[in-house]
Amino acid sequence: MIERSFDVAVIGGGPAGMAAAAKAAELGLSAVLIESRDLLGGVPLQCIHPGFGLHVFGEDLTGTQFAYRLIERVERSGAEVMLRAHVHSVEVEAHDEKVVNVVAPGGVVRVRCRALIYAAGARERTIFEIGVVGDRPAGIFTAGEAQLLMDLYGVLPGREVVIVGSGDVGLIMARRFALEGARVKAVVEIMPWPGGLMRNVVQCLHDFGIPLLLSHAVVRVAGRGRVERVVVARVGEDLRPLPGTEFEIPCDTVVVAAGLRPNADLLERMGAAIDPATGGPVVNELLETTVPGVFAAGNALVVNDLVDYAVEQGERAAEGAKLFVEGGGLPAADWKPVARGRNVRLAVPHYVSGERGAVVYARVERPERNVLIRVPELGLRRFAVAVRPAEMVRLELPRSAFEGVELERLTLEVVPRE
Amino acid sequence: MSEVELVCIVCPASCTLKARLAGGGLEVEGAGCARGVEYARRELTNPVRHVMTVVKVRCGDLPVVSAITSKPVPKSCVFEVVKATANLEVEAPVELGQVLLENVCGASLVATRRVRRVSGAGCPASPASP
Repeated sequence: MIERSFDVAVIGGGPAGMAAAAKAAELGLSAVLIESRDLLGGVPLQCIHPGFGLHVFGEDLTGTQFAYRLIERVERSGAEVMLRAHVHSVEVEAHDEKVVNVVAPGGVVRVRCRALIYAAGARERTIFEIGVVGDRPAGIFTAGEAQLLMDLYGVLPGREVVIVGSGDVGLIMARRFALEGARVKAVVEIMPWPGGLMRNVVQCLHDFGIPLLLSHAVVRVAGRGRVERVVVARVGEDLRPLPGTEFEIPCDTVVVAAGLRPNADLLERMGAAIDPATGGPVVNELLETTVPGVFAAGNALVVNDLVDYAVEQGERAAEGAKLFVEGGGLPAADWKPVARGRNVRLAVPHYVSGERGAVVYARVERPERNVLIRVPELGLRRFAVAVRPAEMVRLELPRSAFEGVELERLTLEVVPRE
Repeated sequence: MSEVELVCIVCPASCTLKARLAGGGLEVEGAGCARGVEYARRELTNPVRHVMTVVKVRCGDLPVVSAITSKPVPKSCVFEVVKATANLEVEAPVELGQVLLENVCGASLVATRRVRRVSGAGCPASPASP
């Protein structure tokens, strides 16, 4: 068994993990980046469409181009990279001493570190989680699987496609199928609004004449050997199928784009508290979980819709790790909870100290127009023409906003502008 | 020209626009701001899109390489680009930014991924000179 020692270990070589490892090394810490695949890059490696990096690099890059930029940054930073390295478990030996047990090509490696940044991404929700019954023939893919097949391996998964859910990856894949000569029969969305960004609805569906069935659900898949058709029904306000509204769509392929859930299993096993609203860990403004010195970033923390936010979180976690490593722990603080107010479905971080600036990422419950996004305790408010569940709200709480304010808690709320 | 319904994608407000070109002028209803009118003008007079696809690769560590047009092409030209690439095959190695196809709809098609060369049957260690 090999034993290695670093200030910081980062689990997951996607955008958040790459940014975290590079930033940690740039801040002078010794850092190792542990990735299970044989290459760094994560999700953007299979995203051949543009729209990446407008905030981070000030350029409109494809996912692949964006991934290479970050890989180059990791290489320049001096962070060590372990590929094809699977994390088996993490032992928390002391509050500033953890051991990550890694199964790597050269054998088992015990990576000893003082701070750990967990950036293992999210997993896609599957057809088993969204109440679709019926047969389970070949031809059912998650959107990410279809993307991997088409855009990394050049395989068209099917020719007559129904997409379940209108998350961004599903919309992007609708366009990819249409461009490669397949026919997308419909995108079926259970909610009364699309799950993805409006620019994707327009450029991926409207451009290709693909119908978007809102307030509809795929209730059953039918087929022997291969998918032959799906049964679709309208849903009521309770999101349950309305009897008598069923109809069939013949197809050979079902693509499930029903959103992502953070991969938080390993964090849970370490004892980190999980927020049911995000599915990710409970964190403070430095993105430290409830396990001291264990930080989280990217989709493992909260499902982001912009890669730029994942990068920002990775860097923030690295700054937290530096404070932790140098101080033998984060400085003690009087942590104030961030409460979810009106029309806020989730908000991260969960605690702030007021001793430094913080960035809050949030999602609304329902679309609303002409609103104020505000934190009344700090007197912070920002006007928004519209908010939508698919578009994350990012709100900076500057250090100055906390000055001279006595706080028990903060409330993030979205209210109509009077 | 008849009336066209568009969803504005300039900001999250996602205004539904009703636009028509009449007598050389543009009429837009439903835009919350001037940017929506400009969006409708672009979409009605000269809509453009980037096209991304994958192109077959011989002797690579991946069977295809991803690619994108060097600049947005007219929307009406999108399928012309994918048709032009359908039977295209390039030989590894492929570098980032390498031009895979020139002059398609006024743009070129450039690689957005790196594909390394692997040698084997029919694939000598370095590519055959063209």
